[in-house]
Amino acid sequence: MNRNESEVRLMKGNEAMAEAAIRVGIHAYFGYPITPQSEVLEYLMEEMPEDGGVVLQAESEVASINMVYGAAGAGTRVMTSSSSPGISLMQEGISYIAAAELPCLIVNVNRGGPGLGTIQPSQGDYFQSVKGGGHGDYRLLVLAPNSVQEMVDFVFEGFRLAEKYRNPILLLADGALGQMMEKVELPPAGSLPHVVPEWATRGKAANRSQNIVTSLHIEPENMEKVNIHLQAKYETMKVEVRSESLNTEDAEIVLVAYGLSARIAEKACDLAREKGIRAGLLRPITLFPYPEAAIGALAESGNVENFLVLEMNAGQMVEDVRLAVNGRKPVHFYGRMGGMIPSPEDVLHEIEKIVEHSSVKA
Amino acid sequence: MHKTTEIIIAGFGGQGVLSMGQTIAYSAMQDSLETSWMPSYGPEMRGGTANCTVIVSDGRISSPLVSRYDVGIVLNQPSLDKFEKLIKPGGLLMFEDSTVVHPPTRDDITILRIAASEEALRMEKKQIANMIMLGAFLKVRPIVSIDAVLKALMKVLPERHHHLIPLNEQALKRGAELVIQQLEHV
Repeated sequence: MNRNESEVRLMKGNEAMAEAAIRVGIHAYFGYPITPQSEVLEYLMEEMPEDGGVVLQAESEVASINMVYGAAGAGTRVMTSSSSPGISLMQEGISYIAAAELPCLIVNVNRGGPGLGTIQPSQGDYFQSVKGGGHGDYRLLVLAPNSVQEMVDFVFEGFRLAEKYRNPILLLADGALGQMMEKVELPPAGSLPHVVPEWATRGKAANRSQNIVTSLHIEPENMEKVNIHLQAKYETMKVEVRSESLNTEDAEIVLVAYGLSARIAEKACDLAREKGIRAGLLRPITLFPYPEAAIGALAESGNVENFLVLEMNAGQMVEDVRLAVNGRKPVHFYGRMGGMIPSPEDVLHEIEKIVEHSSVKA
Repeated sequence: MHKTTEIIIAGFGGQGVLSMGQTIAYSAMQDSLETSWMPSYGPEMRGGTANCTVIVSDGRISSPLVSRYDVGIVLNQPSLDKFEKLIKPGGLLMFEDSTVVHPPTRDDITILRIAASEEALRMEKKQIANMIMLGAFLKVRPIVSIDAVLKALMKVLPERHHHLIPLNEQALKRGAELVIQQLEHV
């Protein structure tokens, strides 16, 4: 395999993501196995070139994230990955990394919960991903791929954004995206050059003052200043908002879904169109920042009568859709939980119910 | 309108269910088609039933999971019981002769009974039963070319097994012959 050239392959999401990590030139990966993402660690162990980065199985997820903290502080390109219970264990470290303003990539291949739960795909970690998870007023920039191609693209995009904003990036996938195979184009290695940042703590040179990476600011006056700075940074990150619209121009009902759910919703929209129902899809690609303006514009649109949010959870993102719609149109919800995947036909049934009810009222 | 084929392949773990699906997916890629392969990865894989959904299309694939299939290739009775009712009217259901006691009963789909295991034993390599089944399937629904399948096998099979590719080619041909006999019989 020649990594200096782009290459088209058929790959599992987890393996494609790991290959992307090699091609983006990570200096280090720290992780601990958990289904359904163990292939990331396995692939990196086997495929990382001799002269490539460190790949280490830590003793726990708590250790992994703290190793990430250390490596990121030293100005290296570093990542970790896990699945839901493992990501829960990492939350303290993630809060520290966000507070210390260090770039890194964290991947959550979401499985069904709560608790130890199940190894099947889920989107039950939306709140944890976008509303904090760890303590304090911090934000992760959250990317939600819906294909194996995006699992790869968002590794590159994730590190670009992490280093631009000095902020941890969360790639939020799910078990299905991790396990499924699709055609994927891998970019050439070296397409995202890395520069050792000047704030990195890797030995003090004589010609500069000491670099300090910390999340401890014991004086509240100082801690508030740090908070004000972080909040201002999160505001500037909002220009990175991304979403995709499919057939929303004439839609009477707009589905809102991300990740695997968006793929299912797209099929449900096709089935609805075959039945003469004008269904469209708005897919958030960034979950923070959230595409509230795109949803707001659809709420203003004369032809849109209803929104239907589809998630593989009890209804989490639906709260953000309701905030964006702000009462202008009804927002409905359909979801399956605990690792169950909604079928396109189930979603079509929900669309039909909503449209029928809507026309009865009219 | 795009031409899309949604396939479920199911059987016991170890029957080559997942690799048959991967072979179709790799072949589709060789033929410049879009494809997705989604395995069951639950606890049922260990000793119980395994299945994968493969979609092949000349256009964009939306959901990689579906609940109705154009084609079912089933290698054991539990999978037949589960998936017979999920084949779309007008669809195709192929099943392995040796493991099925209660054959399917629907009359709105094409049903083909393939003695792939028996034939594989006759060819003195029981592991190629799934290639016989695949050959039979591609004779009825040539969604990918045999050329593409042979190229795909180079990817699916580890290098130490590449000397078996000619045998696999024979198995594909044998499957095609079996299905022709049966279609004539129908």
